[in-house]
Amino acid sequence: MSEANTLEIRHLRTVFHTRKGDLAAVNDVSLTVPKGKIVGIVGESGCGKSMTAMSVMQLVRKPGEIESGQILFRGEDLLQKTPGEMQKIRGDRISMIFQEPMTSLNPVYTVGHQVEEALRIHEHLSKEELHRRAVEIFEAVGIPEAEERLKSYPHQLSGGLRQRVMIGMAMICKPDLLIADEPTTALDVTIEAQILALMKKLRDENGTSILLITHNMGVVAKMCDFVYVMYAGRVMEQAEVFELFRNVQHPYTAGLLQSIPRIDHVVDRLYTIPGVVPNLLHLPAGCGFCTRCRYAQDRCYEELPELREIAPGHFIRCFSTNQELSGKEESHA
Amino acid sequence: MAKKIINRVLVSIPVLIGVIFIIYVMLNIIPGNPIEVMMAEHARQDVIDRISAYYGLDKPVWEQFLIYMKNLLHGDLGVSYKLNRSVNSLIADAFPYTLKLAIAAAIVSWLIGIPAGILSAIHENTIVDRLFMGFSLLGVSMPVFWAALIFQYIFAYRLAWVPVSGADTWQSYILPAIVLGWSSAGTIARLTRSNLLEVLEEDYIRTAWAKGLSQAGVILHHAFKNALLPVITMMAIQVASLLSGAVITETVFAIPGIGRLAVDAITNRDMPLLQGTVIFTTILIIAGNLIADILYSVIDPRIREK
Ligand SMILES: Nc1ncnc2c1ncn2[C@@H]1O[C@H](COP(=O)(O)OP(=O)(O)OP(=O)(O)O)[C@@H](O)[C@H]1O
Ligand SMILES: [Mg+2]
Repeated sequence: MSEANTLEIRHLRTVFHTRKGDLAAVNDVSLTVPKGKIVGIVGESGCGKSMTAMSVMQLVRKPGEIESGQILFRGEDLLQKTPGEMQKIRGDRISMIFQEPMTSLNPVYTVGHQVEEALRIHEHLSKEELHRRAVEIFEAVGIPEAEERLKSYPHQLSGGLRQRVMIGMAMICKPDLLIADEPTTALDVTIEAQILALMKKLRDENGTSILLITHNMGVVAKMCDFVYVMYAGRVMEQAEVFELFRNVQHPYTAGLLQSIPRIDHVVDRLYTIPGVVPNLLHLPAGCGFCTRCRYAQDRCYEELPELREIAPGHFIRCFSTNQELSGKEESHA
Repeated sequence: MAKKIINRVLVSIPVLIGVIFIIYVMLNIIPGNPIEVMMAEHARQDVIDRISAYYGLDKPVWEQFLIYMKNLLHGDLGVSYKLNRSVNSLIADAFPYTLKLAIAAAIVSWLIGIPAGILSAIHENTIVDRLFMGFSLLGVSMPVFWAALIFQYIFAYRLAWVPVSGADTWQSYILPAIVLGWSSAGTIARLTRSNLLEVLEEDYIRTAWAKGLSQAGVILHHAFKNALLPVITMMAIQVASLLSGAVITETVFAIPGIGRLAVDAITNRDMPLLQGTVIFTTILIIAGNLIADILYSVIDPRIREK
């Protein structure tokens, strides 16, 4: 593969061996993060976003297991690496931040200690140098009074500051890839905007590629260059962001888009896609979305549609396009 | 921080007074004049009366209590009926033996309990887990006197590696320390294991992995310190209770410590001595709790600030 892609996941399948049977949390997912780009994974809760990310980090815990596929990071398959080699990559070349800034930092160490530790694991530096770099990164992620703040314990900081600490910790080794798993979900809207802007700034300055996980289409629109829409462990639609928003073609994506909260609309209740996410243990034989899709036909229950390209770089996993479907509905009416 | 400690010490005082009162009442509702019991039927009544008066036993109980409390305020625990020596000096003589045994036993129990707890947690629900937990729980389940006798038979009598009993050399402490330490290792192992398992589910552990730390780094640096908090409380209380004398162990191994002193006091109905040892023990336990609290806030910054 070309070095133009930082990450290339091919046919990844991650399963959980539960007592009731095996469940594919990530099912034949292929995904590319080009160098310096922000790629979004979006989808409802439980669709396998975090497990895709944890598979890249190889931090899937039992009873989960990566069953097959390739995870090419700068051309090398991470799944062929030894645990020791993976350990060197984690936190250095690929780092990750999480949804819960409140609980993702260790309460018994100062944030300075934790940030310096991330650097110390991977680079042999003097104490002074570690400290200097920590101050530097705190300033880069916009933490005021960096010197002082380094001595704080996590509980002394607000959620937004803690997430800045997490980002600083993740960026201190200047990774090639930053995986952000719902980094702003737990934060309020103004703080969310600041954190997103910060991530974009860091991408622009360092050329870091970002895999951004979210369930919020609004965040995708603001941040991403490419987007993958996941449902029940599979990619349902993928496209460059402009293309996707201009030309949504999967009924599921269309449903997600309707559920974006909008400032110019006063609504009593947010729109949600009717029905519930199917139990991954008992997926329908055909398309995973058929039980909730208002256009579902007999065929959808029996046969899994392949991902197919409907416009350059725009793929959907559906037998028809949304255009055809909604057109049909109108002609029925 | 200093203010917090002072506060805690002040709160302990009424607790201590309450406990002393209860102990005093409980020990003095036993009917009969202890002097009479001690001297048996041979003694003449006027001798009994004279000795009773000497110890203040002719006064009403409430007055005796006030006198006792007044002496206690000056650190005086009274005089033993049986040995006719000050209780203070008896305790002072016995305490070093108990101290040595307690420290050795505590170390044994940590050396067994903490690694067993960690290894069990890492290998949760595997054969390793069962083996380590089984081993440390065996210590709890074996009656101390029984384990002591078996150990004495094997290691002192058969193999002659260590003395059977006594407290003359450091070697004499090996067997009692193992018996006593092993018996409290199980609780520590179980607590370490369950806390560690809980902490390993925390989000900050996931962060530690994501940083690229090794398993040892994640567990020993990030999980252990958090998991240790409740264990420390237990250890401080455990040490305090070991210091109050291990009655059975000290008796079986003939170690003249606090536990033995208490047993002797009971057999002889030696009230001042019994009261003295019980009060001494109470102070140790309260101090143990206090130290646990302080250690807790040293480790956990969230508690330190409250
Ligand atoms: N420990 C586990 N045991 C069994 N199944 C699991 C386990 N962890 C995750 N799963 C399964 O994996 C699926 C995907 O989980 P994942 O955490 O990737 O979802 P997600 O898309 O990140 O959702 P969210 O938006 O809630 O974070 C879940 O639906 C769940 O069924
Ligand atoms: Mg998730």
